[in-house]
Amino acid sequence: MKYLHLVVSNLFRKKTRTALTAGSFAVALFLFGILAAVDGAFKQGVDVAGVDRLVVLNRVSIIQPLPLAYRDRLARIPGVTGVTFANWFGGVYQDERNFFPQFAIDREHYRQMYPEFVVPDDQWQAFLIDKEGAIVGEALMERFKWKIGDRIPVKGTIFPGSWEFNIRGVYRGQRVQDDTTQFWFRWDYLDERKSFTKGLVGWYVIRIANPDDAVRLVKVIDEQFANSPTETKTDTEKAFAASFVKQMGNIQLLIMSVGSVVFFTLLLVTGNTMAIAVRERTRELAVLKAVGFRDGFVLALVIVETMTVAVVGGGVGLGLAKLFTLRGDPTGGLLPFFYVSPKSIALGLGLALAVGLAAGILPALSASRLRVVDALRRI
Amino acid sequence: MAIPIVYNVRSLGARWTSTVVAVLGIAGTVGVFVAMLSLARGFEATLVASGSARNAIVRRAGATSEMDSSVMLEQVRVVEDAPGVERGGGSGPLVSPEVVVIASFPLKGRGTEGNAQVRGVSLKALTVRPTVKIVAGRAFRPGLSELLVGRNVAASYDGLELGQTVKFGGGTWTVVGVFDSGGTAYDSELWCDYSVLRQVYQRPLNMFQSATVRLTSPDALTSFKDALTSDPRVTVQIDREIDYYAKQSRQLTTLITVLGSIIAVVMGIGAVFGALNTMYSAVAERSREIATLRALGFGSGSIVISFVVESLCIALVGGLLGCIVVLPLNGLTTGTINWQTFSHLAFAFSVTPGLLAMGLAFALLMGLVGGVPPAVRAARAPIAFALREL
Amino acid sequence: MVSIDGRGDGKSLIRARGLGKTYRRGGEEIHVLQGLNLDVDAGDFVAFMGPSGSGKTTLLNLLGGLDVPSAGSVIVAGDEITHMSARKLTAWRARHVGFVFQMYNLIPVLTAFQNAELPLLLTSLSKAERRRHVETALAVVGLGDRMHHYPRQLSGGQEQRVGIARAIVADPTFLLCDEPTGDLDRKSADEVLDLLDRLVRDHGKTALMVTHDPLAAERARIVLHLEKGVLVEALSAGRPQSPAPA
Repeated sequence: MKYLHLVVSNLFRKKTRTALTAGSFAVALFLFGILAAVDGAFKQGVDVAGVDRLVVLNRVSIIQPLPLAYRDRLARIPGVTGVTFANWFGGVYQDERNFFPQFAIDREHYRQMYPEFVVPDDQWQAFLIDKEGAIVGEALMERFKWKIGDRIPVKGTIFPGSWEFNIRGVYRGQRVQDDTTQFWFRWDYLDERKSFTKGLVGWYVIRIANPDDAVRLVKVIDEQFANSPTETKTDTEKAFAASFVKQMGNIQLLIMSVGSVVFFTLLLVTGNTMAIAVRERTRELAVLKAVGFRDGFVLALVIVETMTVAVVGGGVGLGLAKLFTLRGDPTGGLLPFFYVSPKSIALGLGLALAVGLAAGILPALSASRLRVVDALRRI
Repeated sequence: MAIPIVYNVRSLGARWTSTVVAVLGIAGTVGVFVAMLSLARGFEATLVASGSARNAIVRRAGATSEMDSSVMLEQVRVVEDAPGVERGGGSGPLVSPEVVVIASFPLKGRGTEGNAQVRGVSLKALTVRPTVKIVAGRAFRPGLSELLVGRNVAASYDGLELGQTVKFGGGTWTVVGVFDSGGTAYDSELWCDYSVLRQVYQRPLNMFQSATVRLTSPDALTSFKDALTSDPRVTVQIDREIDYYAKQSRQLTTLITVLGSIIAVVMGIGAVFGALNTMYSAVAERSREIATLRALGFGSGSIVISFVVESLCIALVGGLLGCIVVLPLNGLTTGTINWQTFSHLAFAFSVTPGLLAMGLAFALLMGLVGGVPPAVRAARAPIAFALREL
Repeated sequence: MVSIDGRGDGKSLIRARGLGKTYRRGGEEIHVLQGLNLDVDAGDFVAFMGPSGSGKTTLLNLLGGLDVPSAGSVIVAGDEITHMSARKLTAWRARHVGFVFQMYNLIPVLTAFQNAELPLLLTSLSKAERRRHVETALAVVGLGDRMHHYPRQLSGGQEQRVGIARAIVADPTFLLCDEPTGDLDRKSADEVLDLLDRLVRDHGKTALMVTHDPLAAERARIVLHLEKGVLVEALSAGRPQSPAPA
């Protein structure tokens, strides 16, 4: 630590250059943070998927419904400890652009199926009493500045007509990644009012006793309903979510490509800058060696400098990315959550250090190998 | 008289590592910028091209897409009688009622299934859309489980090549033909007889999702629309096909454009930092030369212009390189879910001359911003001091 | 005729009166030049000598319009340059001064021809006219056969000669040489000094030279020593005498 002043004074010698190099790191790591958030948003469904939950759909198509009668049959299958169901509503609130997911849920079992979503008991009771009641996710409440007790009009599209709901409660997620942008109301109310597909639900969600049993149970369930008028297609919740990500295509490929381009360029820019800086200081470094500091010391000095710039710049960039994500989703509702996890931040800092090391190593080696005589003579 | 440009060009060559670095920085930024925008543009173009100015889509009032819409047969009859509808000699009014659903098929190379849009039509669908041409096989025969698929279907899914059979909806279907709709959303669809499809999906008889109408001319839309919206027998919304598809593309296009712009701007800042670093280093290394030029009598103006020109040269080369690298992407097909129809849509990157020009302009802007501050510093350093610098 | 007592007649080419230059370094004021007077006529060849830090280069910079004095005035060919704006000063330099530097200060990416041509780019001469002037200048300094070589392909002495060619190509009012032989070996130094000599004697140039080298100083008509901020005349080479009573 007694050499700290050497490092610091060297960095401050050409303030503009140090600032620009740190700035390049900040930019690259800011992008890294944003890309990590986007990647996280796409994978969010997979991340939060319960390991002990299965999803049962109509085999023909995701938009085809399933009979309510299946509920009891599913509940009786050994290994199944809970069954619930829901329907996609797809209504419009004021403007098509104000999209948020609306589900008509099974009021009896839905809450237990998703313990990660927390609703205060009194609010849930109010929901159970009011047929037109709704439970709204925290983020959604915040987005439209709703309050409990508000009456929300939604225009039905799949189920036409004007629908109105009373907000009776708010659900919160236990983890940061939990999606709190959903709007729940009662399936029995939907079934009562809708003019077609009566007695039909959108999909079932099943809890199983043992996650390792999932593969076997998927087969058992589908076999139960094979060759019936309505065949099923069952999947683990994780697989179901993952399939959406895969259908979205090469989003990850895109992100990786952009990330690689950014880092490659960064490496180039900083490496070059550091090489120039070392060249300029040839004489001073030679003097250090003449005075008696060893090669290894000079090597370490240069590398510590480059890594300091990397960490400081990278830290600023990641910090800015974090601040940016606090503003919320920049696309106005298309990403269920937009967040930079501590893991991403750690990874980002690690990458910055690695780049700082890689960029500094060549100039550092050449500096440490300087022959004093040559260096002092070089003009 | 200005400092000769050969001085700048040769100086860039003398410090070629730094020059290459700055060029690559700008090239990377421009490349990513153009690539992302051409992705969005391609997606949008595919959807927008799907519409014709002479066609209108009729859906139930309030529906947000075709799938959550329903149009009954009686309403179709009313539409057929409306003014402005083309009555193509012999085939009657060119109104095609259509059943639109989703079916899942395994996506090629993704290891998962994708949702394909299946459109139940009558053979009138081809007359209503004259740009759709059958390029292999034949159309389906009414009443049979036969599929006429878009040209991107075989490439997107497993098992849907011409002649293959596939099971869905509890029945076995055969692919009997392939059509080409000129790079529109239809190319990702499977067409079949609507009565067969309705049966499979257990939909009520006489119910369709939409009706596509060919008008006598683009201007006929107004009278057509007015007649139907004021008719008490029907509650429909009428869109020009082009507008309908433009709205469809909005969500994903917005997502890609917003994210792409953020990335491009941030990368641009990074590239500018890189260019600034390079130019500041250049000015520092050449401080004696600069001082000499000023001693000889070259004014601050020509010094500034000289360095800005140098920076713009780097930017121009970088921009061109970035555009060239991205150009092969043009026409590359990829696919994703269109969230508004919930179905898989194949589309191609669309690298237009306009986008390339934007990329170059972006590059030059970066070169300007990256060149001016160092140039000003070069012109303002005290001469006497710089001349003696060892 | 050169004089340092401030009483030269109004016909001198270069006239400095009460010239002073003060630097501020770390809170202290350092007076490099104080109340310096100088008159130089056309065709003179003057050498300035003095210990390190005596302000020789500072004096040259002031006379050449590269720096602005803290006090006093500089008048060259009737133009008072002390209070000229930066832009006018730049234009003035281009027209009137030919610089020769110790480190030659050639632009490494330009050929000898292009380096020598630089001052002419500031004039309105056509390309052909410029070429004529450059070729003449390079011939005068004896480098006609190396016109298209780059500085790195030339020896030190040759580089300095290109520097001199650049200094004379636009036919300036006078030449300012800052340690022109400082970086050269004896033989090259002699060649360069011969050249300067010829320029003054045969071509009627006016030259002011700062130097450490006593042999270089010998070539000049007059040697002035800079001591404690003022000029002192040397009657014989190397030994200063106090100025005549004012």
